[in-house]
Amino acid sequence: MNFKKQLYEGVLTKNPVTVQLLGMCSTMAITTSLFNGLGMGLAVTIILTCSNILISALRKVIPSEIRIAAYITIIAGFVTIVDLLLQAFIPALSESLGVFIPLIVVNCIILGRAEAFASKNGVLASAVDGITQGIGYTLALVIVCVIRELLGSGTFGGGLLNGGQGFRIIPEQYPAMLLVMPVGGFLVLGCVIAGSQWLMKHLEKKSKKKEAAKR
Amino acid sequence: MIQEIFGILLAALLSENFILVKFYGICPFMGVSKKIDTALGMGMAVTFVMALASAACYAINVLLVLLKLEYMQTVVFILTIASIVQVVEMFLKKAVPALYKALGVYLPLITTNCAVLGVVLVNVQEGYNFLLSVVNGAAGGLGFTLAIVLFASVRERVDKTDCPKCFKGFPITLISAGLLALAFMGFSGLSMF
Repeated sequence: MNFKKQLYEGVLTKNPVTVQLLGMCSTMAITTSLFNGLGMGLAVTIILTCSNILISALRKVIPSEIRIAAYITIIAGFVTIVDLLLQAFIPALSESLGVFIPLIVVNCIILGRAEAFASKNGVLASAVDGITQGIGYTLALVIVCVIRELLGSGTFGGGLLNGGQGFRIIPEQYPAMLLVMPVGGFLVLGCVIAGSQWLMKHLEKKSKKKEAAKR
Repeated sequence: MIQEIFGILLAALLSENFILVKFYGICPFMGVSKKIDTALGMGMAVTFVMALASAACYAINVLLVLLKLEYMQTVVFILTIASIVQVVEMFLKKAVPALYKALGVYLPLITTNCAVLGVVLVNVQEGYNFLLSVVNGAAGGLGFTLAIVLFASVRERVDKTDCPKCFKGFPITLISAGLLALAFMGFSGLSMF
């Protein structure tokens, strides 16, 4: 059990979005404001943690031939719960994410972690894995959101801060509308992944230098 | 009616393309677009499953509404899609072994393609009737095929380009997909109905 190590992996070296390249659809589709990104990230984190726990608890009961169907049913159950809760308590979020909430069922992150981690590890470790991977996913979403929102519509924290208006940083007539359109999703995510690859190489070099200096 | 069908076809193929505008099915779009042949095969299989799933889920949704079980839609739809994919897989294995072999591992992966669940959910939300649902499913699949085949031919060249080191691999692929999406944005004025 090593929470710190798992957190580091989830956020940087094994980040579900920038390294494992899972769950691209939602990462690009809904990241137009901070509100959307945080909401989606939290929803996925909760579903991922719950389904990881249940799948890990049932891992010895589920026959391996039908495991995928069983996993999908479990995941769909949790997605439905979260969907109904959001509709009841945060209708604004439910409206702005739209069809992408039920689509969490087929978000590869959740099935991917179920198959790669929860089906082989204990309940506690799986819960931690769900939380850390969820944090990594949320972080990636938020970064993409902030860039797209800032450059695309010129605001920060739209839908969330300053009474839902967000803070205007770039005057209304200047922002590059292109970035909040579908095209921007591809471009910004491409740049963010490139940035994270650069960062990881940089960190690796640094740690190697340190080791060399020690010797 | 014909007008509506034509409108849906046009939207799903070009102005509201499933991949490049609505972001459904990005995972297979990135994963299977390395070669034109496999891209085309995958596109065809997805189109078939989408049309079939639209038809099946329309019937099932009628039943769910009758029983007042609308909140079970997500669970029931994904199970329906999973079983359709399974049936298609078994059918292809017996009837067209050549195609089955060519598609290989990508066939079961269609279950987790969000384009399929996406189109079914959109059909329900928009309240399309049976015919329009099936047309929307098939047209969405064709739009998927169009985008993935176009991109496969671009990608064969992109992989050989000389770009900054940290952009190598996935990032540059995403950015070229972005440029393709930019081209598709040109169709956005094409909503005639």
